[in-house]
Amino acid sequence: MTPSNQHDEKKPFPWHLVFFLGPGLLIYVVFSVYPLLDTLVLSLYNEQQGQSSFVGLQNFITLVTDDTWSQAFWNALGNNFKFFAIHMLVQNPIGLLLAVLLSAPKLRLSGTYRTLIFMPTMLSVVIIGFVWQLLLSPIWGISEDFLYNIGLGQYFDAWLGKEGSALITLAFISVWQFVGIPMMLIYATLLNIPDDIVDASVVDGANSFQTFWHIKLPLILPTIAMVSILTFVANFNAFELIYAVKGALAGPNFSTDLMGTFFYRTFFGFQLQQGSASMGAAVATLMFLIILVGVMLFLFFIQRRIQRFQF
Amino acid sequence: MKLLDRLMPSSGIRQVPKSVTIHAVLLAYTVIALFPIIVVVINAFKERRAIFRDPLGLPDSDSFTLVGFQQVLLRSDFGLYSWNSLVVTILAVGLVLLLGAMAAWALTEYKFKGNLLITFLFAMGIMIPIRLGTVSILSLMVSLDLVNTLTALVLVYIAQGLPLAVYILSEFVRTIPKELTEAARCDSVSEYKIFFCVILPLLKPAMATVAVFTMIPIWNDLWFPLILAPGEETRTITLGVQQFVGQYVTDWNSVLSALTLAIVPVLILYTIFSRQLIRGLTSGAVK
Repeated sequence: MTPSNQHDEKKPFPWHLVFFLGPGLLIYVVFSVYPLLDTLVLSLYNEQQGQSSFVGLQNFITLVTDDTWSQAFWNALGNNFKFFAIHMLVQNPIGLLLAVLLSAPKLRLSGTYRTLIFMPTMLSVVIIGFVWQLLLSPIWGISEDFLYNIGLGQYFDAWLGKEGSALITLAFISVWQFVGIPMMLIYATLLNIPDDIVDASVVDGANSFQTFWHIKLPLILPTIAMVSILTFVANFNAFELIYAVKGALAGPNFSTDLMGTFFYRTFFGFQLQQGSASMGAAVATLMFLIILVGVMLFLFFIQRRIQRFQF
Repeated sequence: MKLLDRLMPSSGIRQVPKSVTIHAVLLAYTVIALFPIIVVVINAFKERRAIFRDPLGLPDSDSFTLVGFQQVLLRSDFGLYSWNSLVVTILAVGLVLLLGAMAAWALTEYKFKGNLLITFLFAMGIMIPIRLGTVSILSLMVSLDLVNTLTALVLVYIAQGLPLAVYILSEFVRTIPKELTEAARCDSVSEYKIFFCVILPLLKPAMATVAVFTMIPIWNDLWFPLILAPGEETRTITLGVQQFVGQYVTDWNSVLSALTLAIVPVLILYTIFSRQLIRGLTSGAVK
């Protein structure tokens, strides 16, 4: 930096820099960075009848401890961790399996499978939510008939309508839609593993499971870590699926409430409760902190421990 | 694998059942991925009775009907919603590409005070979702008098798309040989001309990847249309479908047709651009 600084004095004002960087930076700062910082500040204020006063951390204390707020907050947070856990335990293993199968050498039609399996990922979460709502509807009965045909008919239930199963069902719908992302990213990493390494392990007498476990898996771990953090951010930001299928009240009895829907209700109000910008900002700030902690943990621990292999 | 075949010629025999298993699993999952979409689309063309009597059957001459689509087009302004989505998506993606390429160029090519800070600021935006700032974005749009305008959506989507665009395009700018720009500078070509005539054309393949990644979340977004532009005149297709299905939830023909109208154009575009998208995903553009 120092040599260029010395030149700066002689050079004319760098108008080209303003031209290239200015417009993009301006829009980004005004409509993304500033609102985010403003939200963090707003969460420290309380607005009543147009008067705003500084209240410190009172909004957060209310959220975490007050009877009317804390129950909804902890419920949404807990649900969100369940939602994330199901993604981690189901979406990523299935994505991994599909990627390994797709990358089998000389596999015919692999491009076609890839394109078709990725298809649901392209559609709006809202549309996917409605599609599954119809398919799982006891009125239409497609799922029920299907389960009877394979002899599991007695297990059918109105899963989306029951408190105990609605959240899990929605998580599975989301997994079904987004399994293409881990599949695609892991598949890309697998393709980049040079044949020599794999061949060498085969020559050493490793079977295909051993080759996968000892050679390929360590090489795709960084990708799995990245997929995990992408899933984490997306899950703690999820709103559309719940809103489309269950509405802002995230029924039945708030059993499908996530941080996103809780944020929406807090900000805009629902039923008798009035919307509050400062409480909404407090919820958004907590979501921000959760996501920030997740991303930091990823950067400092996982990313540091796992070596990136370059070929 | 050639080596393997040479070392163990007999393995060719064992590979047959293995590849059959692989195909069986992949085919099964492909069916799982497509089945729900196909069921919705085929039933949109069937009469109400046929939808319930035989949900898996294809529409035949008896059961074929377009009544659902007529109802959708009659009761809601799907043409307008699609147009709104199209305008917002094209403007936002176009500006993300242009402004993103310009910013990526400036941040990688020039050394100046604050370069690192601005690069970091953009990088943060890749991970921190813009909707966390919604409370302030809404009050900002109110004070700018932009609520219920498509401009509000375009501005927010540019801010949403820029971080990833700047990141991917910066990686790409770094691979452009320095000699190219230095030769141009020796010929005293202006910085503007270097960018627009030399660099921008070279960025095209990376820009295609960025375009696809930027386009999908914008087209599919419900959050910002719902909050910033819920009015009838500015409704996007995703919001329009959401409102329509919520309103006519018991009219199966209409609901299935509305979903089909939302699904089919995306699938057609996806089929056309899937090569580009998948190449972008698998080329390591997003690491």
